[in-house]
Amino acid sequence: MTLSFAIIASVTVAAAVAAMGLRNIVHCALALTVALAGLAAAYLQLDAQFVGFAQILVYVGAVAILVVFAILLTRSGDPAHPSVLSPGWLAGAVIAVVVLGVLVYPIARSPSISRTLPPPAGATVHQIGDALMGRFVLPLEVTGLLLTVALIGAVIIAMREKEPIGTISNPGSEIANRKSQIANPP
Amino acid sequence: MTWIVRNLWLIPALPMLAAGLGALAKQRHRRFAASLSIGAMGLSLLLSLCAFAHALKPGPNPRQVFNFDWFQMGDPGAPGTVVKLGWVLDPLTAVMLVMVSFVGLLIFIYSVGYMARDENFTRFFCFLSLFAGAMLGVVIANSLLLFFICWELVGLTSYLLIGFWYHKPAAAAAAKKAFITTRIGDVLFLLGMVWLYSQTGTLLFYDGSGGGCLEQSALDALVVRTTGAGMAVSTGIGLLILCGAIGKSGQVPLHVWLPDAMEGPTPVSALIHAATMVAAGVFLVARVYPLMAAHPAGAAAGTGALEAVTWVGSITAVFAASIAVAQTDIKRILAYSTVSQLGYMMMGLGVGGVAVGMFHLITHAFFKSLLFLGAGSVIHGCHEQQDIRRMGGLRKFMPVTFATYAIGMLALSGVPLLFSGFWSKDEILHAARGWNISQAPFYLGAIGALLTAFYMTRQVALVFFGSNRGGGRESAPSPPEAMPHATPEPARLHEEHGSPHESPAIMTIPLIVLAAFSILLGFIGTPAWPWFQSFLNGESASVNFARFSQAGVLPLMLFSTLIVFLGLGLGWWFYGRKPIRRSDEPDPLALLRPDIFALLRNGYFIDELYEHTVVAFNAWWSRACAWLDRWVWNGAVELVSYAVIGLSWVNRFCDEYIVNLGFDEGCRRLTLGGKFLSSLQNGRVQNYLRVIGVALAALVLFLIWGCRAS
Amino acid sequence: MSPLPGYLLLSAFLFAIGLGGALMRRNAILVLIGVELMLNAANLNFIAFWRFGAHPEALTGILFVIFSIGVAAAEAAVGLALIIAIYRHYKTTNVDEMTALKG
Repeated sequence: MTLSFAIIASVTVAAAVAAMGLRNIVHCALALTVALAGLAAAYLQLDAQFVGFAQILVYVGAVAILVVFAILLTRSGDPAHPSVLSPGWLAGAVIAVVVLGVLVYPIARSPSISRTLPPPAGATVHQIGDALMGRFVLPLEVTGLLLTVALIGAVIIAMREKEPIGTISNPGSEIANRKSQIANPP
Repeated sequence: MTWIVRNLWLIPALPMLAAGLGALAKQRHRRFAASLSIGAMGLSLLLSLCAFAHALKPGPNPRQVFNFDWFQMGDPGAPGTVVKLGWVLDPLTAVMLVMVSFVGLLIFIYSVGYMARDENFTRFFCFLSLFAGAMLGVVIANSLLLFFICWELVGLTSYLLIGFWYHKPAAAAAAKKAFITTRIGDVLFLLGMVWLYSQTGTLLFYDGSGGGCLEQSALDALVVRTTGAGMAVSTGIGLLILCGAIGKSGQVPLHVWLPDAMEGPTPVSALIHAATMVAAGVFLVARVYPLMAAHPAGAAAGTGALEAVTWVGSITAVFAASIAVAQTDIKRILAYSTVSQLGYMMMGLGVGGVAVGMFHLITHAFFKSLLFLGAGSVIHGCHEQQDIRRMGGLRKFMPVTFATYAIGMLALSGVPLLFSGFWSKDEILHAARGWNISQAPFYLGAIGALLTAFYMTRQVALVFFGSNRGGGRESAPSPPEAMPHATPEPARLHEEHGSPHESPAIMTIPLIVLAAFSILLGFIGTPAWPWFQSFLNGESASVNFARFSQAGVLPLMLFSTLIVFLGLGLGWWFYGRKPIRRSDEPDPLALLRPDIFALLRNGYFIDELYEHTVVAFNAWWSRACAWLDRWVWNGAVELVSYAVIGLSWVNRFCDEYIVNLGFDEGCRRLTLGGKFLSSLQNGRVQNYLRVIGVALAALVLFLIWGCRAS
Repeated sequence: MSPLPGYLLLSAFLFAIGLGGALMRRNAILVLIGVELMLNAANLNFIAFWRFGAHPEALTGILFVIFSIGVAAAEAAVGLALIIAIYRHYKTTNVDEMTALKG
């Protein structure tokens, strides 16, 4: 238990650090994928199988890919900035450390979490389904609505503006077309 | 209460209505205006004759009144708070009504011819009707207040008519002079009125129930109370009212306006300044005679205000007659003659009572208006020439005028037996002889009669006898000894005739009628049949020739006849025997005593005296008031305005530097604060996230600390 | 000794790393990645408390995380779409240059 936990934890933390620290964005995205996978493993270890697999399906399978797509779509030909850090990075680091400290402090000092190990709980898909359709039907419906709205919204936001001429053939002419579009606004 | 007494107000109202309608007429509606005025006057005459007939009827009460409430001041029921007006019909009213309306009608008819060529014909008749209405109102008034209202109206119309040709500066000045001079008298009259009201609480002459101010109860009260200098209140009030009569009737010292009033058209002079308006003063004294005659028990009769009336009248009679001797304008002679005769009337009232004075007033009205109309006819015939030195020999050219004028002149002089003037003047002299306070008025009256005969003869001789001296047009320059007062009437549209001519019938017929009355009226007042005097006194009269042989009657008649013939003879001696040939020859009297003649010519320099005293004082006073107004009152107002400006400056200062600064600063700080707060949002997402992180940490710490505390 | 503090510590670390990365990196997509990390740290927290806390039969933790994953997915989609749209406009993904909404 402890060993597997340690491995999973260290992999996840390392991947997270890498995801935040690497220079190449694609590498960051891929490191994020690893971190998410590590978290899925942690879920499995915690007897939340459904969530673990859902994590892999949704996060690794969709969100991470989406991030990669976004990175690829927003790639510019400009030379990379000398520094990957934003101008206020020191303040950010301090704040992150402070938040870490504030979060760790109650964990370390709280007496209620040092208890004996309770028996493992079962969370079958059947039970989850019952709960979803029973007690949590309202959040379910709202989430459905939310997903619909997000879908439509994302499509609309990211949609390319209408052009009189036909579709673009290659990214190079797309950039030239875009530049010319910005130079002479319609 | 008969119909005529209740509707006595119609008599003045009809001419006033005609005046009102005539004011709306345009200048070209001449026949309309004239017929309106003449028609109204005729109706008034008819009503006056009805009133006269009613007054003739013998009855228990010769005096009938009709009173009504005009308005109320204060609480009803308290005494002296209701102002009443009314009219009275008694013998005095009746004779005045008939005289005024009859003479007025004749003069109206005359004016149609006289003013035929004047372009302001309609305005003339409007004013004439207004005057007639006002004068008739004066006659019927039973309340001193109503009397005063109509009195003032009469003065107003006199002003309007004297200044009828207002574009002539002399006429405008004469109108102003008339108005202002009579105003002085009117102010004193008003004071007397107010005093009377305060003492008796009523201004009605005769109440139906004995409460009027001329009735016995009021008079008894007034006589008893005394005022300053031990004078009885009734005497004081009487003197003040007399001042009003002095102004209106042109007695000395307020006579100066009458000669200048000749600037008006001749019908105006005849109507207003011979027959009616100037007679209003005499009528006033006659009306309030009981008040004037009231004397304290124990004092002799004739004391009180009546004494002053007598002295004023007698002095005026001689004063004005002497000035008339030296005048050269035909109308001015008649004007001074009027002043003199008014003095006679006042004297008559003072020594003999209402009947004596009123008899002379009635006869004088007829023959003086006859003389004035005749003078107007002469002026009209001589193409607006008014200087008697430029006339002469007119009896050949204007026979009717000459005949009627001669009748008037003989009546005025007092030629005995046939002419009314003799009888009326004789009554006055007879009463003066019997005045037990002094004989001086009698002698003054006799001298005045002498002078009257003298100057009238002079005038008739120079105008109607001798050879015609009228050579040049009225535009010829005046002779070197410049006439200070006479100005010819303005040139009107008149074709040039070489020689004088008779006037048209519309002007000569009134002359004939007036001449007839000048003769006939005498016969109702002779001692043999004193119908007039008895009528006024409320008695009945019978014809009795034996009265001639009463004490003093016949000798006095002889004496006055002597005087008259002496005057006529002197006049003929100087002017009729060797009439002057040319218009610039000096007057025979001037050759005799030039200095006295010059003094008389200039009216004893009274006008100049007034100019240097009263008028100069008035001018100084108005200058002083102007100075006061400009520097003192204006200065005070300006000080206040400066103070206000100063205050407003301080206010602005406070507003700008104290309020604005504070307020502006506050607003500026507020804006800066807002700008600062808005600058916190700089659009950087990571900043926001940092803040959220800090807030998160703070929140967690707060929760931990809170949990730990609990 | 339950393993709960371990999981909680892991969650805290992940959260701090995600927060630090979101605050320190220049690229907008990396800020989003940091936000995803923070979300996942919170999910882990929920699952851990479900496993080691009271009333595991109520499935509250699991269901919460299910919904959280769903919402996070939607949010990631919209956020990345926004970044793409902004990139088309500004030709950059540098958060320091996206300051048009300043006050």
